Amino acid sequence: MSDWVEACAADDIDEEDVMRFDHGGRTFAIYRSPDDEYFATDGLCSHEKVHLADGLVMDDIIECPKHNGRFNYKTGAARGAPVCVNLKTYPVKVDAGKVLVQIR
Amino acid sequence: MARGMVIIGAGECGGRAALALRDLGYDSPVTLVGDEPHLPYERPPLSKEAMASDAPEIKAIASDALLAEKSIRHIHSVQAVAIDRAAHTVRLSDGSVLSYDKLLLATGSTPRKLPMPGLGARCVYLRTFADALAIRGHLSAGSRIAIIGGGFIGLELAATSRKLGASVTVIEAQPRILMRGVPAEIAEIIHQAHVAEGVDILCGDGIASVADDGNEVRVKLAGGREISADLAIIGIGAVPVTGLAAEAGLMIDNGIAVDAELRSSDPDIFAAGDCCSFPLAVYGGRRVRLEAWRNAQEQGALAAKNMLGAGEAHAAVPWFWSDQYGLSLQIAGLSDEGKSTVRRDLGDGAFILFHLAGDGRLVAASGIGPGNAVARDIRLAEMLIGKHARPAPEALGSQAVKLKSLLAA
Repeated sequence: MSDWVEACAADDIDEEDVMRFDHGGRTFAIYRSPDDEYFATDGLCSHEKVHLADGLVMDDIIECPKHNGRFNYKTGAARGAPVCVNLKTYPVKVDAGKVLVQIR
Repeated sequence: MARGMVIIGAGECGGRAALALRDLGYDSPVTLVGDEPHLPYERPPLSKEAMASDAPEIKAIASDALLAEKSIRHIHSVQAVAIDRAAHTVRLSDGSVLSYDKLLLATGSTPRKLPMPGLGARCVYLRTFADALAIRGHLSAGSRIAIIGGGFIGLELAATSRKLGASVTVIEAQPRILMRGVPAEIAEIIHQAHVAEGVDILCGDGIASVADDGNEVRVKLAGGREISADLAIIGIGAVPVTGLAAEAGLMIDNGIAVDAELRSSDPDIFAAGDCCSFPLAVYGGRRVRLEAWRNAQEQGALAAKNMLGAGEAHAAVPWFWSDQYGLSLQIAGLSDEGKSTVRRDLGDGAFILFHLAGDGRLVAASGIGPGNAVARDIRLAEMLIGKHARPAPEALGSQAVKLKSLLAA
């Protein structure tokens, strides 16, 4: 079973930015890309369990706030030391000004 | 046939360099030599909260399986004892000899020793996982810990010790903690956090004598105060490990002297990380030596590239962090380059001090706050510093102006 969960309002997140979203005991990161698309990944860096939402978004990359681990938030792919484990990504859609995440 | 690449020092820097050589497609032998019995591992956790766990574990940079998969030969528990530059060989403490095409010295640094008689088994330093475990064994509710030196290692260990209920006294000869590299305004926040957690911080008082009778350590200060402790941890800085390089006749200048491409005075020998001094491009080539995790990692990767002939100059901005209690400090650049500062408040007590040179150029940024509150803006500041930006002080000081917008300017 997979549920669409409302994470936030679309304009809660600036373009090229990220926001933390906690749900059901789990934590996620919701992204708005520079070209105004929305994405979602697991919320914690795969290196040391740091909240990625405190990090910096540049283009399609999120940088961990602690050790500069980099991920492509659109695909979840790790982009070099110190991270080597990819992030899980989740489908996102915007409906009536709300950002919805499909949590599996 | 290629002799291959040899890396001396299997810490963050050496480990990253070995992996980078393979990631860059190098397919001749890569040999990583370390004097500890462990896989290459991350040192930052050794002083931090992770050590408070009941059974601290090594945070390895690469597993045995990964090293095998990448055909990286890891020789552990041995030291490199001599380099024969003419023959392109390194002799190890077990008598074996390795041949190299290019050699990387990633020998790191070692704790500065307290030059004083009276030190015994209860007076310890922290550098390795073994050191950290030995310290951990003394940290428990009611144990008395004296920390000599109010620098990052000492203060992080103070926080970890308090978490485990030990009573802690920090002794700093300078008038305040963190004199080197941290602005007074930020050091004061950290000082107050320790005081609030029950740490006794004594500044501006030198050590007159240390006596370790095997049961306890008694530290006498010049001002007359005496501290008795079950363990004295000495954290008064680090010195680069240069003996091997010096004996091989390589140029030494506060570390193994390398050029912007991390090449030593021998073109086939590179050095990177804590052990080397290098020209820092962002400050016009000022020669520095950095003892920092990210620098070790970046220079390891850059050395690997240049061992393969990339000819790429080091261009990174120094970056450093520390965690104590719920506070995190991050510094980009070297604040002593600054002539004036601008403060930017971020809410929740978090703030950043921007350090500007006389000509208005942003040269460093020092931030502190709960969790990772300052991380994003410090990262943006780092990019601005790298671009030699001259942002308007009013913009830096105003929360209403996004730092990212200054980057585009």
